[in-house]
Amino acid sequence: MAHFDENARPFSHKWLNERLAVDTLKRVLSTEYWIPKNINFLWAMGMVLAATFGLLLISGIFLLMYYQPNTQLAFDSVNYTIMSEVGYGWLWRHIHGVGASVVFLIIYIHMFTGIYYGSYKRGRELIWLSGMLLFVLFSAEAFSGYMLPWGQMSYWAGMVITNLFSMGGLHLNGLVEWIRGDYVPGQAFLNRFFMLHVLLVPLAIIGVIVLHFGTLRIPHVNNQDGEEIDFEEAAELYKAGKVKESKVIPFNPVFLSKDVFVMGVYFVIFFYLVFYHFEFAMDPVNFDPANPLKTPTHIYPEWYFLWSYEVLRPFSTNVGLIAFAFAQVIFFLLPFLDRSPNVAPASRRGLFKYWFWALLIDMIILTFMGKLPPEGIWSTIGLVAALTFFGLWIALPIITSKEKKL
Amino acid sequence: MKELKILGVVVVFTLILYWGVEPFAHSQMHKHVEGHDFKYPDLPALKVKGNAENGKALVAACVGCHSIKSQGMAAPMDAVTSAQTYGVNPPDLSNMGALLDEKFFAHFLLDPAKVTKSKHFAMPPSAGSEQDAADIVAYFKSIAPKEISPKEAYETACGRCHANRYDHWTQIGEVPKTKSNIKTGVDLDALAFKKKVGMYENKLADYMGKLPPDLSIIIRARSEQFLETFVENPQSQLPGTAMPRVGLTKEGYEKVKAYLEKTGDPSKPKREKVGPWVIGYFVLFAFLAFLWKKSIWKGHH
Repeated sequence: MAHFDENARPFSHKWLNERLAVDTLKRVLSTEYWIPKNINFLWAMGMVLAATFGLLLISGIFLLMYYQPNTQLAFDSVNYTIMSEVGYGWLWRHIHGVGASVVFLIIYIHMFTGIYYGSYKRGRELIWLSGMLLFVLFSAEAFSGYMLPWGQMSYWAGMVITNLFSMGGLHLNGLVEWIRGDYVPGQAFLNRFFMLHVLLVPLAIIGVIVLHFGTLRIPHVNNQDGEEIDFEEAAELYKAGKVKESKVIPFNPVFLSKDVFVMGVYFVIFFYLVFYHFEFAMDPVNFDPANPLKTPTHIYPEWYFLWSYEVLRPFSTNVGLIAFAFAQVIFFLLPFLDRSPNVAPASRRGLFKYWFWALLIDMIILTFMGKLPPEGIWSTIGLVAALTFFGLWIALPIITSKEKKL
Repeated sequence: MKELKILGVVVVFTLILYWGVEPFAHSQMHKHVEGHDFKYPDLPALKVKGNAENGKALVAACVGCHSIKSQGMAAPMDAVTSAQTYGVNPPDLSNMGALLDEKFFAHFLLDPAKVTKSKHFAMPPSAGSEQDAADIVAYFKSIAPKEISPKEAYETACGRCHANRYDHWTQIGEVPKTKSNIKTGVDLDALAFKKKVGMYENKLADYMGKLPPDLSIIIRARSEQFLETFVENPQSQLPGTAMPRVGLTKEGYEKVKAYLEKTGDPSKPKREKVGPWVIGYFVLFAFLAFLWKKSIWKGHH
């Protein structure tokens, strides 16, 4: 039975401590949550992501007050009501649109940082897996949100992506209709994607973010050299005042002060994009209202889906779908396909170094080709890049099992 | 410094990525059409000078179909009846002299279908000779107002085929203010107007092959370059389109564009006003955060 002091003033420190253990919470979650000192600004991407998610959430709440999930009204509720009648509606929309695009850039930087420094191994597998789960959830969130303005790209992207569920040669048209709630995207379709976008997927994202933080706790954050640190010993050193000798820093305020600075720089760039350079995040085609009778000349997803779209596109329907499914799950398997025991930056890992840069460049090429019309030389380059993508993943266990132990 | 090197790598890859999916991809997806600055080089220069006085007499033939409201000449028929007769409502001519290129205008009067490059243009050839055409153009220039608003330019050049619902504009004019019956909520006048617009649109769609799109937000749906070259010569961007070449001058087009920006991108002036403050705030924020970081990290390295 816990002890409660009857004389403690309500909401005083003691009163709260007895009921919430605020001192312990603060210690465990912030002032004695130890982070390695040997890190660079890439380690701030997690907090940058959290901040961007916060911006998306807040701007989304404001947009939700005026958005109408109705096929007749949706387009004008976004493009007229929010953009010209609601005070600062345009600002919330631009923050939301730019945020949705930029959040993926940061996710990719965050992911490739993890790959480069081997931060998915030796106890950190669950960090990687929960992070990949977040990637999938953010993708679902981005796609469902893209449906809402009910423009031409919303409609036709919705048509193309839901069609994937017919599973090519399996002709599961019943499944596609079940997902759409209709034969073609319509009111039922818009309503359910609205629900997914504003309720179910964000709930799941928030849950998995908590899990993602949780998975960090025991293995701790990796560092620039992949060095295995005795965190308890280093923490004692730090607490004894030997901050220079200690290899760790507390999350609050030391790590946080650097995070906040990186976030400040990030927000300068972010709001520059919001005010002066938002076109990249708001496709012109989606400013034409949805028209089921008119297919746009070029249908392409937003830039962050282009690489997986291009993995699907060069092949025949069934092969393409299998390739696409492969691309969707393969990153989950990274901790198990990398057979090397080394946790170190890619630059010190022999062949893995080349593997890393080859993967990055290949995915950028896939991204380029995913947007270009699939004609002539572009489809050839796309095909080669897609095959390279598979080749790289097949090669990964082989080259990493031959890697010398550092 | 190592961190700056890493930042450099991240920035370079990000910029390459941006270049590939934006400028490069768009340059490959859309064919490039060279504009001619609304000079209509395919039409020969006029060999004669127009006389406004002679033109005034010739214009008597125009008002059989058109109105010239600034000169007190009303339209012979209302918009819907006109559309039922011709397929589209003939424009009011008051502002034509101010908006149309002189050379284009004269050649248009001689052979409208050929000059507009529209297969079935309703207007018949309306000038007997180049001199007559030049005289009529001179007359319209003499009555043209000095200053034309962007909205007037849109109404004359685009507004009889293209609605603009974000500015309450229909092809037969402004949506009128009406009142609904307080007991039933029924607004008969609004319904009557809607019916008129519907009748007009049906006729217009028959005439053009499809209903020309509402242009409320076209300024964000098409690139600046596309809009400019398309208006200058629709066939150059969409071969076979029913949209006629309208023959605007560069200034006339700028007016139309200003109107489209107003209805389709009204936040532009606000963005330019608020932007520097928000960005300035975060520059200051980042600077203070840097000082904080420096003070906290003192002694750590």
